[in-house]
Amino acid sequence: MITLGDYLVVSAILFTIGFAGVMLRRNLIVILMSLELMLNAANLSLVAFSRFRVGADGLPNYNAQVFVFFVITVAAAEVAVGLALLVALYRARQTTDVADITSLKF
Amino acid sequence: MSPFLFWIFAVLTVTFGAAVVFNRNPVASALSLVVSFLGLSALFMSLDAFFVGIIQVLVYAGAVMVLFLFIIMLLDIRMEERRQINWFAAAGGVGVAVILLIQIYLVIGHSQSAQRAFPPLAGSTTDDVWHIGRLLFNNYNLPLQIIGVLVLVATIGVVLLSRREPR
Repeated sequence: MITLGDYLVVSAILFTIGFAGVMLRRNLIVILMSLELMLNAANLSLVAFSRFRVGADGLPNYNAQVFVFFVITVAAAEVAVGLALLVALYRARQTTDVADITSLKF
Repeated sequence: MSPFLFWIFAVLTVTFGAAVVFNRNPVASALSLVVSFLGLSALFMSLDAFFVGIIQVLVYAGAVMVLFLFIIMLLDIRMEERRQINWFAAAGGVGVAVILLIQIYLVIGHSQSAQRAFPPLAGSTTDDVWHIGRLLFNNYNLPLQIIGVLVLVATIGVVLLSRREPR
């Protein structure tokens, strides 16, 4: 029997992998991909809660799924802007390694 | 959905999610991310959220990943060359991630409702796009308009960022 906790644990593991990717990797593209993983982990727990809260009419709570729709839209816009920044940065510096971009380092 | 299928897709999603982080080649990372998103889409459908599962495939596995691969090929990013790894910083990053995981796990373990199975539905939810659309255009009309402006601003911003500056 699959419980709500199983889905939440999968979501937590996925979020942790994305977080570790942001902390450990130095390639900006892989960091953006890890950000996507974290957003999707949040989406998974939202959908699991939506299915868990069955209303009086016997349907899932669709408010959470509308929120997932908004999250996906914002994530797509974020990827577009992030990759445009990456291209602009590559044009200026010829690198995508965060270890080489230290102009703002204190 | 049977527990067997749930565990197959959960392991698939988590394994290829880990492969995104641990592959040194960005192209291999991007392809692992596609497989991870497909597994995640199957998990959404196992929760009777068919609309979300399908836009997951369309938007992520389709549009976003093509964008990632396009940029990787365009910039011709090779394997990350090996550098001196700062072991102190790496251990700190892994440590923070593991502490976060343990915290979430303890919260889930102590929650009463997380131990319960999902309640049964009254019927099929194959028409969930109707329910989501009704909510979107009635209750969430203003957020929908704001999201539209946000996407427009993102488009203009991308054009502005990728334009070559006139000398």
